[in-house]
Amino acid sequence: MTENEYKKPLPTPSYNSQPFWDAAKEHRLVFQRCTLCGTNVFYPRDICPGPDCFGVGTLEWVDSSGRGSVYSFTISYQPANRAFADDVPYVLAIIELEEGWRMNTNIVNIDPQQITVGMPVEVFWDDVTPEFTLPKFQIVG
Amino acid sequence: MADNLRGAAAIMGIGELKPARTRPNRDAMSLLAEASYLAIQDAGLTKADIDGMIFDPSLAQGSGGGYNPQMAEYMGIYPTWATGCDAQGAAGVAMALQAAAYIQAGLAKYVLCGMSAAIDPEARRRPAGSGMTDTSTTEFQVPFGPTVGANGWYAMIAKRYEALYGATVEKRAKVSVDLRYNANHNPMAIWHDTPITIDDVVNSRIVSDPLHLLECVMPCAGACAFIVGPADAARTGPHKPAFILGGGLGILRGNLTHVGEITVSPVGRAADKAFAMAGCSRDDVQVMEIYDSFTITVMCELEESGFVPKGEAGDWIQDHDLTFKGDKPLNTHGGQLSYGQASTAGGCAQVTEAVRQIRRDGGDHQVPGPTDLVYVTGSGGSFSQQSALLLGSDATL
Repeated sequence: MTENEYKKPLPTPSYNSQPFWDAAKEHRLVFQRCTLCGTNVFYPRDICPGPDCFGVGTLEWVDSSGRGSVYSFTISYQPANRAFADDVPYVLAIIELEEGWRMNTNIVNIDPQQITVGMPVEVFWDDVTPEFTLPKFQIVG
Repeated sequence: MADNLRGAAAIMGIGELKPARTRPNRDAMSLLAEASYLAIQDAGLTKADIDGMIFDPSLAQGSGGGYNPQMAEYMGIYPTWATGCDAQGAAGVAMALQAAAYIQAGLAKYVLCGMSAAIDPEARRRPAGSGMTDTSTTEFQVPFGPTVGANGWYAMIAKRYEALYGATVEKRAKVSVDLRYNANHNPMAIWHDTPITIDDVVNSRIVSDPLHLLECVMPCAGACAFIVGPADAARTGPHKPAFILGGGLGILRGNLTHVGEITVSPVGRAADKAFAMAGCSRDDVQVMEIYDSFTITVMCELEESGFVPKGEAGDWIQDHDLTFKGDKPLNTHGGQLSYGQASTAGGCAQVTEAVRQIRRDGGDHQVPGPTDLVYVTGSGGSFSQQSALLLGSDATL
C-alpha cells in the first residue's frame, strides 16, 4: 500500500452533512443548534428533534470547542472490515462534547489500556485524504 | 368491551428449529415455513384455520407481491389479515401483542407469527436495502471502523456500566454460566453438550473490551413461530394456553450514541405498561425470559424492568440462582447465549420458551416450582427498542 492510498471507508456527505465535512477540512468541529428552542443537535439533519419543538430548517451551524470527555469506549479486537485489520486493537469511543452532544470516533495517540471513562479529550484532526479530514480525539494533558 | 387485551388471547401453538451454525441449502423462507408448520400442528389447527399472519419485513426480497403474500403462496396459507413487525429482537414479544390486539379487534382469529434466519454457506448474502438515508451510521460511524455486529455497542454499554457501578466480567460471567447450565438440560440448545465455568468466561478472549467471547451471542441459523388464538378457542386446543396478560414496547433511541444515558435500556416503560395491563406486580413473576444478546443486556434489563435497583444487578446475580432449578429461574431454555440466537428469531424463542414453561412441557429443564406467570422481554438494536410481555396460565385470569 502506497502512502497516498487510503483504503478505509470515507464519509458520503449528504446535503445535510456537507457543511460538517467542509468545516472538518478546515479543522473546525461543528454541530447544529436550533434557533427556535436552543437544542444542540448531532448528527446533522434538517428538522429539530428538541422536546416540544417542531422546527423545520431551524438548525444553524455552530463551532464546538472541540473539548469534551470520554463518555464510553471499547477496545475492538475484531476489525470492522479488512481495511481496519492492521489497526487492531483500536479504540471506538463515544465522546461527549462540552456543549452536551455526543459523537462516535476513535481515540488516538494513547495506549488503549490507559483510557478510562470520563477522561478529558480534545479533537485531533486526521487529514486522511485531500478531500476528507476525520475528527478523532486524544486525551488532554 | 374490555379496556385492554388482558386475557383476550393466548399462545396456543409453538414451533421452532434447533439453532445451528449453518443450514446448508435452506433459505429464510423455508426455515420460517417449517417452524410455522410445526406451530400450526402444535395448535391442532389446519392451514385453512390461519386467517392472520405477522412476519418480519426483512424477509422481503425481489419484487413479487410483498413478503406476506410471498410467504402465503410459498406455504399455501391465505389469510385475510396480514401485517409486519420489524422490531428486530423485540419483535417476538411485539408480534404476540400485535396478534392479541388483532384478535380482540376481530381482524383475525388465528394469527401465525414467526421469524427465521438463514446462514447458508453456499448462498451469497442478500444485500441489505433500505429507502432510508441513515446519515447517523454511514457518515458518523463507518469511517471510524464500526463495531462488528452489535459487539462494540454493547461493549461500550458494559464499559460505562463498569465505570458507574463497578460490575466487571467476574460478576457478569455468572449470567453466562447459569444460562449454560440451563442449555445443558435442553436438547434443543446449540450448546447442550458443553458446560462452562466462571473461569471459562473470564478467560475467554476479549472480543470488544470489556466483553469476552462467552458473554456474546453467536450467530446461528434457525426459525421460531407461534400461533395466537382467542382465549376460548385456545382453551379447547391440545395444550394448556399461555394467556397474553399485558405488554408494551419502548422506543428510546435509533443509535446508542446520541440519546440518553446508555446504560439505561428501553424496557422500563414497556414493563410498566405490561404490569399495569396485567394487573400484577414484579413480585408475582415466577419465571423470567430476559432477552440476552450479551451478559450486560440481561443486567440492564433486570434493572430497568424494575426487578433490581439500578446498578445492583452485578451483585443481584451473585445472590440468586438463575438456573431453571434456582430461586430466580431466568432464560430457562439456555437463553440466546446458550440456546442460540438465530438473528431476530432468537427473541421469538424467548416467547416460545415461556409458553413451554407455562405448559409444564420443559422436560429436563422444566422449572420445578410454579410457572403460572412468566415475564418475557425482547430487545432490538443497541438498546434502541425493547418489549415486555406477561404470559400466564389460566390460573392467572
